[in-house]
Amino acid sequence: MNTLVIAEHDNSQLKPATLNTVGAATKLDGEIHILVAGENCDTVIQSAAKITGITKVLAVDSENYTHALAENMALLVTEIADNYSHILTPATTTGKNFMPRIAALLDVAQISDITGIESIDTFIRPVYAGNALATVKSSDSIKLITVRGTAFEPAITDNNNAEIQTIESGDNFAQSQFESHQLTLSERPELTSAQVVISGGRGMGNGENFALLEAIADKLNGAIGASRAAVDAGYVPNDYQVGQTGKIVAPDLYIAVGISGAIQHLAGMKESKVIVAINKDEDAPIFQVADYGLVADLFDVLPELTELL
Amino acid sequence: MKILVAVKRVVDYNVKIRVNADNSAVDLANVKMSINPFDEIAVEEAIRIKEANKADEIIVVSIGPKENQETIRSALALGADRGLLMQTDEETQPLAVAKILKYVVEAESPDLVILGKQAIDDDSNQTGQMLSALMNWPQGTFASKIDLMDNEVNVTREIDGGLETIRLKLPAVITTDLRLNEPRYAKLPNIMKAKKKPLDIQQVSETGIDIKPRLTTIKVTEPAQRSAGIKVSSVTELVEKLRNEAKVI
Ligand SMILES: Cc1cc2nc3c(=O)[nH]c(=O)nc-3n(C[C@H](O)[C@H](O)[C@H](O)COP(=O)(O)OP(=O)(O)OC[C@H]3O[C@@H](n4cnc5c(N)ncnc54)[C@H](O)[C@@H]3O)c2cc1C
Ligand SMILES: Nc1ncnc2c1ncn2[C@@H]1O[C@H](COP(=O)(O)O)[C@@H](O)[C@H]1O
Repeated sequence: MNTLVIAEHDNSQLKPATLNTVGAATKLDGEIHILVAGENCDTVIQSAAKITGITKVLAVDSENYTHALAENMALLVTEIADNYSHILTPATTTGKNFMPRIAALLDVAQISDITGIESIDTFIRPVYAGNALATVKSSDSIKLITVRGTAFEPAITDNNNAEIQTIESGDNFAQSQFESHQLTLSERPELTSAQVVISGGRGMGNGENFALLEAIADKLNGAIGASRAAVDAGYVPNDYQVGQTGKIVAPDLYIAVGISGAIQHLAGMKESKVIVAINKDEDAPIFQVADYGLVADLFDVLPELTELL
Repeated sequence: MKILVAVKRVVDYNVKIRVNADNSAVDLANVKMSINPFDEIAVEEAIRIKEANKADEIIVVSIGPKENQETIRSALALGADRGLLMQTDEETQPLAVAKILKYVVEAESPDLVILGKQAIDDDSNQTGQMLSALMNWPQGTFASKIDLMDNEVNVTREIDGGLETIRLKLPAVITTDLRLNEPRYAKLPNIMKAKKKPLDIQQVSETGIDIKPRLTTIKVTEPAQRSAGIKVSSVTELVEKLRNEAKVI
């Protein structure tokens, strides 16, 4: 049977994790369809049709989906779920919000945050902050899956030309309503898909000092991340948090500055290709996973690093 | 206003777990167990709502073996009013937990149910959303701020792009994120008092709820370990290595 990928987007652009999710879907059998639910999201529908491997785009344009509210997404997807053996979406805050709701309405389990596909019913997922990998087999007729983007190669967007089918909007769930949002604006690449990530921890001391990391990110076209301690202390917004309960990143280069390396932080970055740690404590656990460790005061070395790049 | 809080007993977040020798599970023998940190935040939030005179009763519920009474007692020591253990020795996956919680919600009729966003053992991040779906209630997940009004609640949510505020009609389900509050420590007199607070026990097997796992664990393995690399002695050396050895800049 076929697979449905639920696209993540902001009504103007597909989120990169959608492409990794399509990449995961290509490891299953059957055709791959993609659902684009949004409002005034025609450019997203067009770009979804270009993704290699997609045979059909299900498009629905309605104010019910402007902010991908879980209740409305669930009412929509449960209407079409029967046509699919697998339904996949990125394990982002959006997917994590609506997917379990769909699962419960369909009376099936959800398989969260998979990092591997063994067969059409058997998947690998990290548990205990990634300190163990569980291989699980699903007995449900529909497999509902959230996909860890960093674990799968993205599908390419070439000149595919998938059929676009407009579908009817589902009901509006009246008891919940979007009020407002406060988005972190940044010219930088998105944290979870950036090639270079430079993260700061409690050692940064305050929010202003993150300018030292910005200067390096500018030179390397990197994204800025943070530890929980840095976010809790208010140095940077919540969406910078890398870790077990924040974002998972796996860039080519991860630079951890003033971060001790708690398991909850490592869970979010230890699959990075090359890890650099800068910390003044030579016993900091971050050095146990770093390819290159520099024991130094960050305030001494960051300006010099910026200079040399 | 009645608030129900779900608390899970999990391996303490400081413990470095090991996979057992036959790769069937994580080794839980003699490992320190604690209340799931996100659930502690959920209990704290319920207490703050009560302290602000916006709620009159906080019930904590846990699902699992008899040892979970300790977890419930720790929530009672923080300030919850009474506890309920839905006892079972079977494995309970999120869908089953959500079904058991639905049973409790139907019996207790709370106006608000607060759960953690994620249990730090299975890292599923599902149960609250599932309960909300089964009740056909609105959901506010990953909350960093809860603003409770008479028949409504505004929930500020931590999302990948920043923050989002939604408005939900009560009754509703909310799941907590890290920034919602900083839980208090239980004071000794309160720990003593908690021993006298009511704690009911019901057998899940007597409810008739189907809790059969939908996922079978085939094996559990340890991930490939990363080994420590080298220490560089200067920024110059670091940049040189990144350029010529790692070739990432
Ligand atoms: C339920 C739960 C979920 C969690 N989820 C996450 C998560 O997703 N992500 C996450 O990151 N954490 C998470 N944590 C928190 C985690 O356990 C650690 O507390 C946190 O990662 C520590 O952050 P830190 O390394 O910045 O701070 P610290 O541990 O305080 O380390 C600061 C480091 O900076 C160094 N330093 C200080 N000054 C300087 C200087 N001038 N120059 C160089 N080095 C300096 C110090 O030597 C120290 O190693 C979670 C915890 C719990 C309980
Ligand atoms: N066995 C359980 N008993 C009580 N609450 C639970 C149990 N399992 C999960 N929960 C609740 O559901 C939340 C999310 O868990 P999970 O979906 O497993 O990540 C937890 O933070 C708890 O609030």
